[in-house]
Amino acid sequence: MSNTGTSWRIQGARVIDPFRGIDAVLDVTVRDGVFVEDHDPSLPVVDAKGLWLVPRLTDMHVHFRDPGLEYKEDLASGSRAAAAGGFTVVCTMPNTKPVVDIPSLVEWQKERAETLGLVRIWPIGAVTKGEEGKELAEMYQMAQAGAIGFSDDGHPVADSRIMRAALSYSATLNRPIIQHSEDPDLFAGGSMHEGAISQQLGLGGIPAEAESIMVWRDVELVQLTRGILHVAHVSAPGSLEAVRYAKNKGLAVTAEAAPHHLFLSDDAVREWQYSAVTKVNPPLRPAAMQEALIQAVTSGLIDVLASDHAPHHADEKAEPYDKAPFGISGLETFLGTVMTVFLGRGLLSPLDLFAKLTAMPHQVLRQSYAGISPGAAADLTLIDPGAVWTVDPAAFYSKGHNTPLAGATLTGRAVATMVGGRWTMREQEVLG
Amino acid sequence: MKDLLTLEHLSAQDIEELLDLSENLGEIVDRPIKKLPTLRGKAVVNLFFEPSTRTRNSFELAAKYLSADVINVQPSGSSVEKGETLWDTADNLVQMGIDAAIIRHKVSGVPQQLAQMVSIPIINAGDGMHEHPTQGLLDMLTLRQAKGRIDGLRVAIVGDILHSRVARSDIWALRALGADVVLIGPPSLMPDSFRQLSHVTVTTDLKEGLQGVDAIQVLRLQKERQTGGDIPSLWEYRARWGVTAHSLQWAKPDAIIMHPGPQNRGVEIDSDILDSSRSWVGRQVRNGLAVRMAVLFRLLGGAHNE
Repeated sequence: MSNTGTSWRIQGARVIDPFRGIDAVLDVTVRDGVFVEDHDPSLPVVDAKGLWLVPRLTDMHVHFRDPGLEYKEDLASGSRAAAAGGFTVVCTMPNTKPVVDIPSLVEWQKERAETLGLVRIWPIGAVTKGEEGKELAEMYQMAQAGAIGFSDDGHPVADSRIMRAALSYSATLNRPIIQHSEDPDLFAGGSMHEGAISQQLGLGGIPAEAESIMVWRDVELVQLTRGILHVAHVSAPGSLEAVRYAKNKGLAVTAEAAPHHLFLSDDAVREWQYSAVTKVNPPLRPAAMQEALIQAVTSGLIDVLASDHAPHHADEKAEPYDKAPFGISGLETFLGTVMTVFLGRGLLSPLDLFAKLTAMPHQVLRQSYAGISPGAAADLTLIDPGAVWTVDPAAFYSKGHNTPLAGATLTGRAVATMVGGRWTMREQEVLG
Repeated sequence: MKDLLTLEHLSAQDIEELLDLSENLGEIVDRPIKKLPTLRGKAVVNLFFEPSTRTRNSFELAAKYLSADVINVQPSGSSVEKGETLWDTADNLVQMGIDAAIIRHKVSGVPQQLAQMVSIPIINAGDGMHEHPTQGLLDMLTLRQAKGRIDGLRVAIVGDILHSRVARSDIWALRALGADVVLIGPPSLMPDSFRQLSHVTVTTDLKEGLQGVDAIQVLRLQKERQTGGDIPSLWEYRARWGVTAHSLQWAKPDAIIMHPGPQNRGVEIDSDILDSSRSWVGRQVRNGLAVRMAVLFRLLGGAHNE
C-alpha cells in the first residue's frame, strides 16, 4: 500500500483523544492534512484494528545538537528518531554550538524542520546569552521568531538575580522558563546520585538536594515575579514538595519527569559496571525516589512526561565514568518505557497517560491542543499496545546509541506516525 | 581469578589463601639473592595514570623478584598526552605481548572497565575513591602477623573515609574476615550510608571510637580537604582526630598503629607514635611487596596454576 498522500481513512483504531476525553473505537478521516468529520468512502483505507490512535504526541524536551555538534545528532537524524519513536512535535533545547540565543537561529531550526518534514520542531531559546547565566538573551525577539519557551538546559540559571529577571520576562511573553534545577556547588564533582551505591563504587555523588534547593528557590522567585516556571526532569522528592507547594499557592509552576528516572534506579550504575551509559543528569535515583516519582506522575503532581533525549557519540560515552558526558538517547524508547511503567502496572488509564504526552505539554507551553477536532492538523500516532520488544540501540535512527535500556523488554510501541496527513513512519521504517 | 579488581568481591577463603601465599613469598626479601624464576619470560606493565612512588616501586620490585620483565607507563610524555584513549594504550600493550597490567587511575571503575576489554589479568593499584585491593591485603597481612588472627578483632580507621580507597578495601576485607570496624572522622568526610553496613560502627568522636580497639589504621589527610572547604584547618583536624600519645590511651594497651602512607607527621599522626614500637608502618611496606608478589604469582599462573 502506498504511503504517500495526505488524505486517509483510518478504520478500527481505539482513539485516545485527551482533548475531548474520548477513548473509543472510531473511524478517523483525514483530508488534505487535516481531520474532517465526514466519511468519504473514496479515500485510501488504513486498517488499524487492534491499534491505538493518539493525536499529536509531543516530546517537549530533546537535544538535537544542531548546529555545531552534528557528530552527536543533527536535525535530520533527530527528526527521524522522533518519527520512529512516534512523536509529531518536539521541543529542542538550545545548548548547541553556538547556543540558540538569537532569533535567526530559532528561525533556521524551524525552517530546517519544515524542509525535512518529519516532525514539527518548536525551538526553545536560551534564557541567557551563550547559556552563560550572566545576561538575558533576546527573549522577546526569539519569541517573535517562534521560540516556544526558554531554557539554559544543561546548566541551571544559577544567579538568582538573572533568574528573577527571566521569570519577570516570561509572564510578559506568555512563555515558560524551563529550568534545569541544580545547585552548581552541591553538584560539583558528582557523576551519579549520592547514596549507598556511589559511596560503595567510589563515584562522586550528587545529592538529591542539589536539585530540590534550586526548585525551592525558583518557586520563591515565581512568587516574587508572578512568572511562569516549568521544572525540567524532576527526580528528587524535595523538588516534588516544592512543586506541590507552588501548585497549592496557585503559582504558574509545572513539572516534567523523564522516562529513565521512572524506569531505572541507581542500581543500574552498579549493574552496568561503570559503563557511562547510565550517566545522566539529574542522575538515576534510588528505588524509593523512583517510586515517589512514579506516584507523583500518577497523582498528577507531575504534568508532563518528556524524554530529555540526549544523544552522544560512542567514543565520548566510552570515557571513564567521571569524564564521560551526561545523557541518554531516549526518543526511541520513550513511549515503550512510559507505557510499560504506567499501563503495565495499571497506574494510569491510557487517556490519563497520553494526556501527559499531548494536551499537557501544550498547556505548559500555552499552545492550543485540538486532538482530532475537525480542522486540526492531522498529527497522529498508531500504537501497538501489546507489542513486546527488546531495546536494541543499534537499530536506533538517532546517532546516539547511549542508553542503559539496551536489552530491556518493553511493552507498547509506535507502529506509524503521521504529521499533517503525511506518514513519517510506518512499521518502524521512517519515511524520509 | 582472572583479575584483582576489588576486595569487596573476594571471599574470606580467597583472601586467606592470598595472605598465606604472601607469607611464603615474602621470605625472599631476606635472601641474599632476591630472585625466583617463577615469572621468567612474563612481561608486566605498570600503567600509572596518577602519580605514585611507593605503590609503583613495590609492584615493580615484586615483579622483578619473580623474574618478570616490567615496563612503566606514565601519562606525561606518552601517547596518552597526545589524546590516545587509555583503552587504546592498553590494547597496544596487549598487542606487544604484555601478560598483565597493573593500573592506577584517578577515576573509579577504570580497572573494571579495562578488565572487560582485555583478556590479560588486570591488577587494580588504586582507582579513584573506590578500592586499593593490594593495600587492603597488606593491611590484613600486617594485622594477622601482629595479632595472630583477624576474626574477632576491633579495628579503627581514622580520617577522610569518604575519599579513601584504602578505607573501602580495608572495610570489605575486615568484614569478610570477621573483624568489627570502627570508622572515625569528620562528619563532612564520612559516607553516611556506611552506617547501614553490618559489623561497621561510625562515629565522629575519636575517644568513643578508639575504645577497645586492637588496631588503628590512620589515613592520610590530603591538604586539599582544607582548601576545598571540607575541614577548617589541619591544626583543628589534628586537635579532634589526630592520633597522638594522648588519644592512643583510649585504645587497648596493645593496640597497633598502621598508616598506608605517605604520612603527614604532626597532622593525622605524631612522630613519637609513628616511630614507636606500636607502629607497624614499616612492616606494612614490607608486606606490600609480599602481597604484590602473591597477586602476580596467582594471576600470572605460577607453577601451581599451570
